[in-house]
Amino acid sequence: MLLGRTANGLYWMNRYIERAENMARLVDAGLRMALTRTQDASEEWTSVIISSGSDVAFANKYSDYTAANVTDFLLRDTSNPSSVMSSIETARTNARMVRTALTRETWESINEAWMSLKRMLAKPIDERELPAVLDAIKRETALIRGAFYGTMLRNEIFDFSQLGTYVERADNTARILDVKYYVLLPSISWVGSTLDNYQWESILRSVSAHRSYRWNYDATYKPSNIADYLILNGRMPRSLAFCYRFIAEHLNLLSEDYGERHACHDTALTTRSLLKVGSIKDIFDAGLHEFLSDFIRDNTRLGNEIAQHYRFH
Amino acid sequence: MAAFDEMLPEVSGLRKPYTAYDRWLKEQDPARLAQKMQDAERVFRKTGITFAVYGEQEASERLIPFDIVPRIISGQEWRRLTQGIEQRVQALNAFLDDIYHRQEILRAGRVPKDLIARNEAFLPEMIGVRPPAGVYTHIIGIDIVRTSENEFYVLEDNARTPSGVSYMLENRETMMQLFPELFQQIKVRPVENYAQLLRQSLAAVKPEGAKDAPTIAVLTPGSYNSAYFEHAFLADQMGVQLVEGQDLRVVDGHVAMRTTEGYKQIDVLYRRVDDAFLDPLTFNPDSTLGVAGIMDVYRAGNITIANAPGTGIADDKAIYSYMPEIVEFYTGRKAILGNVPTWRCSEPDSLKYVLEHIHELVIKEVHGSGGYGMLVGPAASKKECETFAAKLSSKPSNYIAQPTLALSTVPIMTEKGLAPRHVDLRPYVLVSDRIQLVPGGLTRVALKEGSLVVNSSQGGGTKDTWVLDD
Repeated sequence: MLLGRTANGLYWMNRYIERAENMARLVDAGLRMALTRTQDASEEWTSVIISSGSDVAFANKYSDYTAANVTDFLLRDTSNPSSVMSSIETARTNARMVRTALTRETWESINEAWMSLKRMLAKPIDERELPAVLDAIKRETALIRGAFYGTMLRNEIFDFSQLGTYVERADNTARILDVKYYVLLPSISWVGSTLDNYQWESILRSVSAHRSYRWNYDATYKPSNIADYLILNGRMPRSLAFCYRFIAEHLNLLSEDYGERHACHDTALTTRSLLKVGSIKDIFDAGLHEFLSDFIRDNTRLGNEIAQHYRFH
Repeated sequence: MAAFDEMLPEVSGLRKPYTAYDRWLKEQDPARLAQKMQDAERVFRKTGITFAVYGEQEASERLIPFDIVPRIISGQEWRRLTQGIEQRVQALNAFLDDIYHRQEILRAGRVPKDLIARNEAFLPEMIGVRPPAGVYTHIIGIDIVRTSENEFYVLEDNARTPSGVSYMLENRETMMQLFPELFQQIKVRPVENYAQLLRQSLAAVKPEGAKDAPTIAVLTPGSYNSAYFEHAFLADQMGVQLVEGQDLRVVDGHVAMRTTEGYKQIDVLYRRVDDAFLDPLTFNPDSTLGVAGIMDVYRAGNITIANAPGTGIADDKAIYSYMPEIVEFYTGRKAILGNVPTWRCSEPDSLKYVLEHIHELVIKEVHGSGGYGMLVGPAASKKECETFAAKLSSKPSNYIAQPTLALSTVPIMTEKGLAPRHVDLRPYVLVSDRIQLVPGGLTRVALKEGSLVVNSSQGGGTKDTWVLDD
């Protein structure tokens, strides 16, 4: 038996842990691009801000897309609800609320992540320290995940937590792709400029897939392969297909436990089959941007349906 | 007057319960002990054993300082305390039952009628209501102080929602982590079964119609409450749901919680929400912390609320001064554990005495708690005494006064070694069809030299409390 409010807390706790990690990864990719490109880096930082989904809030506060402004906004700024600091704070508040549903190890890993990041992000980050800070964020979230997978019972508590993780991750990956969908379009890929090479690498870096890509495909970046990797490849842990494989699995476990199915099961299944049988050619033919917009919309709807049917509120 | 030290009294030297500990302590390297003190703080922070201090934004989560020197009680001392506590708890429940039914004690003139009728803690809604299994106060904390080898007094009864038991449990966990060897050398009676006892005790007072394995839940005001850690801790340790008002509603004459599979009935609610907020339909209409209609369910006998609404009438400081009479009235025997002599300022002669001796006395607000709104005469300046005297004279019935007791001390570990500090003791008592105590309780210690205020909100700390298995 699980309280609706607790299921809600678990779901959002995990969404925010995932978000904190993805935010660090985005900044990491931006940093890398800024370091390797000779041209003005502000274009890259602009796209980092858009991928993070906080372009409006950023524009209200800053006019320049500089490394210092962007990293401060995405890592430290508590007025930005999706910054790493805000995300960890929200994750911990939720964890405290659902404390009884967590193992001591899981709670302590979240509490310790909060304590150490709070200290680390208390002051503006010196650019020389940025790589170390990004590492620390990824390490803390990895420790949380380790404690979670290692100690939690595989029951409904686990299912709702995983739903949060994968709904958030699918949203993140889809947004990163959507922000740069134009650099993946076939018409532009024919140009084959070095500019595109950088852009493609940046996409892969944002999801920590630049090395694994080479093992799975080829040493050269091909837009259709990149899109295939991040959308349809069921072995790539940040791809949409991968996320939906687990969303469907955990929703199924819940319906078996509870003996009832809801609209969210159908929504998840529809998306899952689409990703399972689809080909990247079909997606490109129908329009990548349209596909991604629809996906983001359906993914959001799924989140709402889960909240409604499992009585989160 | 020098205070009685429980480890090293001036007159007789090292006391017996501390012999083995003292031997161990003398073998320890001071640097190692200093390191252990830091380890202890780290353990508490990481576990999140914090409490909120209201009105202090910055320090919204603070630790209660923990001292590594245990407070040790011999088995024999504990047996004597237990008898006194059991007697007192029995009387408290009998008093509550009487006060909400026939009011024999008022008719007998042993407690003045006025004290009940005009008391905010008395709930007319409870008149004639008999809680499941006839138990009113299920979880009680009795604050006890010691002044010499053989003198113990009850300072206060906590019959509403006593807190602090999680510290008792975590203090022991921490001590066992820090000094495992100590527990092999010295046989200390365990406390870790408290949560199991609590769950069994709550299950034993389930409503008559409830199923054999009743559904129990802990009701918390929420994660911003100062004692939230404890609420979560106890629910977790018992293996029951931790609910908030927003999770609950009345469904088909029962209180039910909103789960992912719909509403599920609750049979026993261990509530950590004050009476006033329990039911907006009966008490404070603005409350969002309680459950609308729970009092109707309660009166229909369909839920156990622990502790029962209205138990505050038994631990009110004005009632406290009548406890010796109350104990004798219901148990037919003299109270084994004495009260601290108390002047009721509502009585003109007492008021006169208190005003004349204000610099010698501790004066407390009748309804206050947490060490707020009190004056410690000997520690107060002349001006503070005068200001307080004015407050006292304007509303005498709001105050009681007690002599400044020479509370016993137990050493704490400081940078310069052991140093005596004043302590009190709060044993926790569980009442169902029987009365149960875990050996020991929570020892609170005033960390400031000479201070008598042990409250955590006022710079107090805690110690692990050992009852020896001797």
